[in-house]
Amino acid sequence: MMNGTSVLDLGRPAVRRQVLSRYLRGGLKGGEYTWALAFLVPYVAVFLTFVVYPIVYGVWMGSEGKLYRELFADPIYQSSVVNTVLYLALGVNVKMFLALLLSGFFMRRGWWMKTLLMIFILPWAVPQISTFISIHWMLNGEWGFLNNLLYKLFHIEGAYYLNDRWSALGAVIVSHIWKWTPFWTLILLAGRMAIPLEISDTAKVDGATGLRGFVHITFPLLANLYLICTLLSTIFLLGDFNTVYFVSGGGPANQGHVLGTLGIRYAFDMGQPRLGVTAVMSALPLVIPLVIVLMRKLRTAEVQL
Amino acid sequence: MSTIAVEAAAVSARGTAQAYRALRVRRYLSLAGTTVLSFAIVVWTLLPIYNMILVSLEPEGDVFTDHIWPRVASFESFRGVLTQGHWYLQHFWQQFANSIYMGAWVTFLTLAIGTLTAFSIGRMRIRHGWLVSNAALMTYVIPASFLAIPFYRIMQNYGLHNNLWSVIAALVAFATPYAFFVFQEYGRSIPIEVDESARIDGASPLQVYLRIYLPLMAPALVAVGTYAMLLAWNEYLYQFLLLSSKSSMTVPVALAQFLNSDQSPWNYMMATAIIYALPPVAIYYAFRRRMTAGLTMGGVKG
Repeated sequence: MMNGTSVLDLGRPAVRRQVLSRYLRGGLKGGEYTWALAFLVPYVAVFLTFVVYPIVYGVWMGSEGKLYRELFADPIYQSSVVNTVLYLALGVNVKMFLALLLSGFFMRRGWWMKTLLMIFILPWAVPQISTFISIHWMLNGEWGFLNNLLYKLFHIEGAYYLNDRWSALGAVIVSHIWKWTPFWTLILLAGRMAIPLEISDTAKVDGATGLRGFVHITFPLLANLYLICTLLSTIFLLGDFNTVYFVSGGGPANQGHVLGTLGIRYAFDMGQPRLGVTAVMSALPLVIPLVIVLMRKLRTAEVQL
Repeated sequence: MSTIAVEAAAVSARGTAQAYRALRVRRYLSLAGTTVLSFAIVVWTLLPIYNMILVSLEPEGDVFTDHIWPRVASFESFRGVLTQGHWYLQHFWQQFANSIYMGAWVTFLTLAIGTLTAFSIGRMRIRHGWLVSNAALMTYVIPASFLAIPFYRIMQNYGLHNNLWSVIAALVAFATPYAFFVFQEYGRSIPIEVDESARIDGASPLQVYLRIYLPLMAPALVAVGTYAMLLAWNEYLYQFLLLSSKSSMTVPVALAQFLNSDQSPWNYMMATAIIYALPPVAIYYAFRRRMTAGLTMGGVKG
């Protein structure tokens, strides 16, 4: 990029180049500098008051060693850690893999594909709370729609999905996949669209069609985007509250919490805000490396689609 | 006789015919595959949404039955929501207005702060602008729910508890970084010479920002505006923690109040959920193209 501009600059009048280089060096004149600074004030103020201050406050709240001992001894915390890991491993990977496959499917042409995509995107457009409480009631063992449907169509007696720890967690994971696969499919679809037509056409002529074309041509070109999407999705999922809270409510018997909901439970149901912050902070060994890798990836590569 | 003729023709061109047949079989298989997959996608996608509509159309007594389609379609629950006729919905319109108020301010402030920051860093190229970019990048990758507890305490200290503005502040803080990235990225497609010539003609930076930069950024503004509005509409945790009185809470908080009681008025809750979902769905489909363009422009955000 830099080389490109400097080559272009050779052909331009010298005055122009001076102005441009002044911009590039960031040397603004007095009045202009004041303006530029003034334009930054709102964001910096918001960042300091509503991001930095809560972070510092949170670190201060969660900096007692005693609390960590109390936390690690709590069986509910232990099961929450297991749930969080499973939720991350399955939720992120199954969803991203489905999105990768479906983005290939939606590359097909025709009015039907366009219509299907419009329907497919619906879970993402409908607010989380609406769909998650609908799923919660749909999975009700006694009067839920799913069991009614299973009984009417196949005469199968459905289970009480939300009354068992593992099936409740499964329901949460499936709900997450239902809600977010459309969004990531759209992103990967845009990534596939950005692959120049010549590349895929040449590949086809050379016999790289179907699976071989995917393995040798499409995926290598999408790999970086796929990795960034997976990392971003991991960190968003780690902070997820709504899915667990509405679909399973952290149940049954508090066996189904993840760190996000457990922190809120400690702080607001049990009146121990410090313990809540500690629970969230215990995820830092996972969060910090993720944030560092992501910041690097996003800064250098820029998710250019 | 005719079979003989057909066979003769087939023998003369057996190779091509076989190739055509193979091609046709493959096309049928592909069509069958597409049909099956399309059907599966439609059922999978619409199941929870169908459930929402089904329950909302049932009269109160029918919720606890095993119907899989509404026996009698009753719009009673919708009427109940819109006329605030049920005890749990006494403040519905106030709460809906709160949601709109909050969404509108989050959208406006995200756009305003995002464009000002992107203008200063991307167009005026202020010194050390990368510091702010990094701050935004960091905010972007920190889960908002992790800061909920300290944020709640801070808002209590400020006396902003039960005030819509505390929620607006939180959402703007978390929506602005993404807005900033999209504006940065989109701004690259506008030649810097446009700004320069306006400056040479004597326009102040504020005039350049208002008269030149903002109009040129219109497509990105639409994309980010839609995003910010949907973000506010989807958010629950901060609204739930910070808004507690019936008249200051938003629709999601009111909706979730009865989730875990045994006597939940499910038909009214589903009707509320549908009414609440209508504005974002309409906005999403109206600005769909712009929105996808924006999403793929400055990185990715759920």
